[in-house]
Amino acid sequence: MAIEVRVPTILRVYTGGQKSVNAEGDTLQAVITNLEVNYPGIGGRLLDDSGLRRFVNVYLNDEDVRFLDGLNTSVGEQDAITILPAVAGG
Amino acid sequence: MLEISRDLVDQIVRHARADHPDEACGVIAGPAGSGKPNRFIAMINAARSPTFYEFDSADLFTLYKEMDERDEEPVVIYHSHTATEAYPSRTDISLAAEPGAHYVLVSTRQSGQNEGPYEFRSYRIVDGVVTEETVKVI
Repeated sequence: MAIEVRVPTILRVYTGGQKSVNAEGDTLQAVITNLEVNYPGIGGRLLDDSGLRRFVNVYLNDEDVRFLDGLNTSVGEQDAITILPAVAGG
Repeated sequence: MLEISRDLVDQIVRHARADHPDEACGVIAGPAGSGKPNRFIAMINAARSPTFYEFDSADLFTLYKEMDERDEEPVVIYHSHTATEAYPSRTDISLAAEPGAHYVLVSTRQSGQNEGPYEFRSYRIVDGVVTEETVKVI
């Protein structure tokens, strides 16, 4: 079961330049674990000790997973995941 | 070097003045690979703060989806400083995530919401390294 994951420019260094990759898993956590296996290093850019990094936004289809179940959000093969770094600063 | 039209500079400054003393933020999109900013998109500062800005998460998704559909990229990412100089803060540097973008900083510290002097400067921010660049208004 492959789920499409759209990767932002700054993380394409891990995906060999690909804008979109396939991953497997039935929750967001499992998808990220699977991404890390195939694209080592990417997991640490998405997660820290407390979970999803504060300034990384992850969307299931068009919904921010923070408004769903966060890393426990269920995903299926019809779903697309989009990763976007926050545009933020001081 | 950033080449940008007078009209776009004016729109950024107008937005920065209107939102003073909170920080204003937005994007100027342009055709992917062109380096030419041409579509002005004012964003809401979800933080509504004089010392911080952040695009609303849903607005961010819509913005990137639209740019993708139009084969555009964020050529300029701008925000204002309202009490300090137009130079990237430590937070700006650590959160900068578009190595291909021109980061434009406007400071409204001198004139606030009023007409008057302002600072308008542009930078590249790549891997934590800030490089100021010339702004050429065309």
